[in-house]
Amino acid sequence: MPVIKDAVCSLCGSLCDDITVTVENNKITKIENACILGHSKFVGMFEHDRIETPMIRKDGELVPVPYEEAIEAAAKILVNSKRTLSYGWCSTSCEAVSGAIQLAEETGSIIDSTANVCHGPSALAAQEKGSPSATLGEIKNRADVIIFWGCNPVHAHPRHMVRYSSFSKGLFTEKGRKGRTMIVVDVRKTDTAKLADRYVEIEQGSDLLLVTALRSIVNGHEDVIPKTVAGVPKAEVVELAETLKNAKFVCIFFGMGVTQSRSKYKNGDAMSSLISDLNQHTKAVMIGMRGHYNVTGFGQVATWETGFPMAIDFARGYPYYNPGETGANDLLVREEPDAAIIAAADAGAHFPQKAVRHLARIPVIQIDPYANPTTEIADVVIPAAVVGIEAEGTAYRMDAISLRMKKLIDSKFKTDEEIVKDLTEKVREMKRGA
Amino acid sequence: MSEILIKNASVCDPAQGINCETMDICIRDGKIVDSVSENAKVIDAEGKLTMAGGFDGHTHSAGKINVGRFMNPNDAKKNLVPGLSGQVARTEKTRAQVGYNTPNTYAIGYRYAKLGYTTICEAAIPLLAARHTHEEFKEIPILDKMGLSLFGSNWQVMEYIRDKEPEKLAAYIAWGLKASRGYGVKIVNPGGGEAWGWGKNVSGLYDPVPNFDVTPAEILMGLAEANERLQLPHSVHVHCNNLGKPGNYATTIETMKLFEKVKPSRDRQSLHVTHVQFNAYAGTSWRDFETGAPMVADYVNGADHMTFDLGQVIFGPAMTMTADGPVEYANARMLHEKWSNQDIELEDASGVVPLFYSPKSFVNAVQWAIGLELALLVKDPWKVMFTTDSPNGGSFVNYPEAFTYLMSEKRRAEVISGFSKMALDRMVLPGIDRELDFYELAVMTRSTQSKMYSMPEKGNLKVGSDADIAIYDILPGHVDPSTEYAKVKKAFSGAAYTFKNGEIVVKDGEIEETPKGKTYWVNAKVPENIDTAMQKDIDRKFRKYYTVSKANYMVEDMYLQKPVEIGTEGVF
Repeated sequence: MPVIKDAVCSLCGSLCDDITVTVENNKITKIENACILGHSKFVGMFEHDRIETPMIRKDGELVPVPYEEAIEAAAKILVNSKRTLSYGWCSTSCEAVSGAIQLAEETGSIIDSTANVCHGPSALAAQEKGSPSATLGEIKNRADVIIFWGCNPVHAHPRHMVRYSSFSKGLFTEKGRKGRTMIVVDVRKTDTAKLADRYVEIEQGSDLLLVTALRSIVNGHEDVIPKTVAGVPKAEVVELAETLKNAKFVCIFFGMGVTQSRSKYKNGDAMSSLISDLNQHTKAVMIGMRGHYNVTGFGQVATWETGFPMAIDFARGYPYYNPGETGANDLLVREEPDAAIIAAADAGAHFPQKAVRHLARIPVIQIDPYANPTTEIADVVIPAAVVGIEAEGTAYRMDAISLRMKKLIDSKFKTDEEIVKDLTEKVREMKRGA
Repeated sequence: MSEILIKNASVCDPAQGINCETMDICIRDGKIVDSVSENAKVIDAEGKLTMAGGFDGHTHSAGKINVGRFMNPNDAKKNLVPGLSGQVARTEKTRAQVGYNTPNTYAIGYRYAKLGYTTICEAAIPLLAARHTHEEFKEIPILDKMGLSLFGSNWQVMEYIRDKEPEKLAAYIAWGLKASRGYGVKIVNPGGGEAWGWGKNVSGLYDPVPNFDVTPAEILMGLAEANERLQLPHSVHVHCNNLGKPGNYATTIETMKLFEKVKPSRDRQSLHVTHVQFNAYAGTSWRDFETGAPMVADYVNGADHMTFDLGQVIFGPAMTMTADGPVEYANARMLHEKWSNQDIELEDASGVVPLFYSPKSFVNAVQWAIGLELALLVKDPWKVMFTTDSPNGGSFVNYPEAFTYLMSEKRRAEVISGFSKMALDRMVLPGIDRELDFYELAVMTRSTQSKMYSMPEKGNLKVGSDADIAIYDILPGHVDPSTEYAKVKKAFSGAAYTFKNGEIVVKDGEIEETPKGKTYWVNAKVPENIDTAMQKDIDRKFRKYYTVSKANYMVEDMYLQKPVEIGTEGVF
């Protein structure tokens, strides 16, 4: 029976690439090294509700249709649309993203990724102040002070701490966890916080205050700090700043607690400045804890193909970018799109009500392996192979290192890459006909 | 069989010693041939300057440039060189385009082709991130591509040098080139990348790298020895220590001298020093900063073992990107600019910082002058490769503008007239009256590249070479570049024709076709026993220190577009 080594897990942004998978009769029968999330993705393939066949909504009900009919119906929606929103593309391969961008360009659509409701503000922060970062191995081999800020890897990135951060051992970090100071900054005592040497509990939405206070202290202005900052006593803030300054190598891992709370991109902006200031004293970097396994890849591909990482509007024929105006939710809340493609992401579950309500009113094409709330409002549903298990392709880890995902088993389903290609061909054909 | 006859071209091909002579060029199936049949398509090139396709031997066009795009989206709209920058809507033939310093991949391909360039060499591929570089290569249309892989702060390299294991070192270099599908060995601020892992730098050739007990000089010599042992087509390609610091010309000359004892294994230089403009500074601080170009040029004129490229500055916005992490951090702090950094585990560092070169700044004015001084004071153009280290000194779309500086003293005087007295006191450019002719320009933009990269099929119009050809609407002898520089700039800004592998890709400055280019990489053979011994060492690195597995580290074949494997035989 085939045993596939070094498989890449296509669940979270950690993109663990040391998974061993045993395949028997085209079924995955054994998974080694994966965390509980990864494991359930590999086995879940056979347990969860897959979308079994292409479907089109007729008289309010989704009814099975042949693949070609679904492609044709989807293409018709795109050709008749004046303002299509193409959204998602984060739990899929870079090759599919590239195809989706070309389709958006040819149809004058807007294309956006899940960053719109996740780490989009991190991109804006980088555009303000830059992104002082490193690959995860730098943390593994060097970092003696690690902060998890507004993120909870115990549950969201379960192997992160073992492979890359707190518990990992490297050339200059032979003692692993014992040689490291692990700090968690959060609004509640998460399971990650329970493992930390120091837990700093801050008031909801006050991240910017604390980062700014830390900057002030690092830059020698301790005197301006009030008695408490973000609900944290001054002495504790000063101590935290000193810990950072006196470290050999600091890494701040930050999550959606930073990007999606009050002050949004300003938090990341200030954190980037803090990292720059810290480098006057020591070595410091920051890394965003990206969720979807290839949301980083969407940003990379979009950036080299269009110049922008997200929220790209092709209505003018060339890429136009103005998050706040051209983000998926900006458009939906303005009730602007007259059609949408939702692929490899679930807008139905994760978007604000007002945005979902508009989606429910317009024709929606869904491309996904699994039924989810988006399916409930979709008009054309095209099932896809699961990338990283049933299809190969490229994905980018949270530190922007790309890896080749393997195909482990055969599938009757088309890949996202193939579906986009077929859809693009059909759209071209219809346009030529017109 | 496709045949083309280019008739009555005014050919300038330094590789054959042809200096603007009227002749015909025959093309069959993508190659230049002796003759073609009567069925050949005829292109009349009468009155037009015809050269081999341009070859940018040092440009940042895939990989790290994406960080530049990402952090500086305002570059997308910049249209400082109309026709070659800014936002352009998609057409039936072309994808949508944006950008000036950091154009999207499609724009890079189209715009180089419009300038008559057909081959580019990406200047820095981190081994671990090499897949990314090749993904971008795939989306750059038309051009042939290659890249240089980074080895200058690599743990395994430093350990082999420290432990005096030259054979294993060579085997590792061969493996690294294969893993990253690179063409040559790039060394950036040797040892400095590792020091930057701790927020530090190395201060010169003999400053030991923290924890590794080797000096930058030892890294350079070790890698040069491995490079020659493997008989690689290119020499080591060096970004010297102390880049961007006043007084660094001394380190640069010291580095060049170090290589006098390196014997090249092929008919080429033993050292290429890159973007020397940034490494030819005299003075002791930014206050008494002045040109160091005369000293560097003086040394280069007496040396016959090396080549270099300029890193010419273009006034206006630029995007700096380099594996020299500490330099970028220093830039960002000094200029209060945004700062991106990406250190690569076990291998190197990198940083990206936008900046603006202003003719009003005396430092920037002197930097601008230094690039030109180097080009003009070094007598032999075969030692010089023209670059702006795009987009570090400025975007490649400014090459035609820069050519006018090289070809016209009057044009230079015009620019210089805007400089402050302080700037003028710190440069020697105003006293230089040399003006390059088209032949010398062809050497610096084509012929040197062909020679220094051992690519005989590129950068010349010999029978058997690739039919990569640029035809410009300008006739040497009828146009005086020293006074009619506007005509020179116009002609070089939009080729009358660019041929890529015998196909017309540009006509009258517009894109005609967008074929896919080739990717060149080097596969150096190493004896099996040495390779096996080396593999054991790197297996340990992967087991203990890397965060990706060895199997997932190697760039897979599927990422290479039209790959051309250049084999070499290591001497052990």
